[in-house]
Amino acid sequence: MKPHSNPDPLWRDEFSIHTADERYVSRRQFTKFLVLTSLGMFAGNLWILVRSAFSKTPAYSGKSICRANDVPVGGVWLFRYPSEKDPCILIRPDEDTYVAYSQKCTHLSCAVFYSREKDRLECPCHEGYFSVRTGNVLQGPPPRPLPRVILERRGDEIVAVGIAT
Amino acid sequence: MDRQDQPTQKRGLTAIDGALALIALLLIVQMWLLTATLESYLAGHREVVLPAAIISGALFLVCAGLYLFVRRIDAEARARQKKEEIPML
Repeated sequence: MKPHSNPDPLWRDEFSIHTADERYVSRRQFTKFLVLTSLGMFAGNLWILVRSAFSKTPAYSGKSICRANDVPVGGVWLFRYPSEKDPCILIRPDEDTYVAYSQKCTHLSCAVFYSREKDRLECPCHEGYFSVRTGNVLQGPPPRPLPRVILERRGDEIVAVGIAT
Repeated sequence: MDRQDQPTQKRGLTAIDGALALIALLLIVQMWLLTATLESYLAGHREVVLPAAIISGALFLVCAGLYLFVRRIDAEARARQKKEEIPML
């Protein structure tokens, strides 16, 4: 009887995984993980689609904000619209112009304020600046314009009638 | 492992690496698509939501197809290796 008839040691029989095979397995598992992540991204897009399909366009009611003469030229008037949780800012940049926007910065919801000297809305948190006339982003990290409050002049009253995004 | 089957093994690994790189690339595109869609949706532009979902689904299908390709290559390599190892037993 030969003392070493079997060239493979016992551990190789019990753990018969080649190094190259291990690389195969890890790549396959990583691929699987990536594909599952891809499925997650698709699910996210579907979730947005479902929310978009089932969410209703909000119906805004008219709300009197103030009298036209309450706001001086270059002054502001703070109010809440459409609900008490939505702070807004009304600005009178010149004699006949009234504009109003949501006061929440579109970056991280800090309150914006009106800078009369520079004639722009400013967010103090990350220096995001918005145009007073359009609400568009002039500078900084905000990704989109401020939601604009649609105003109507009813006699001496200024009335908010909706939100334009 | 025999030295003879190393090139085959390497070819299989190269194919898997290529598929993996492509899946990673598609995944990055999908991530960008999701964030851009969410941004547009929150800004009130709902018209982009449906095309984005369709494109994301297509990208997922491509990724799944590449995964099946990787599995097939892997299974073939394993079968070949087993076949070559049987006479040695």
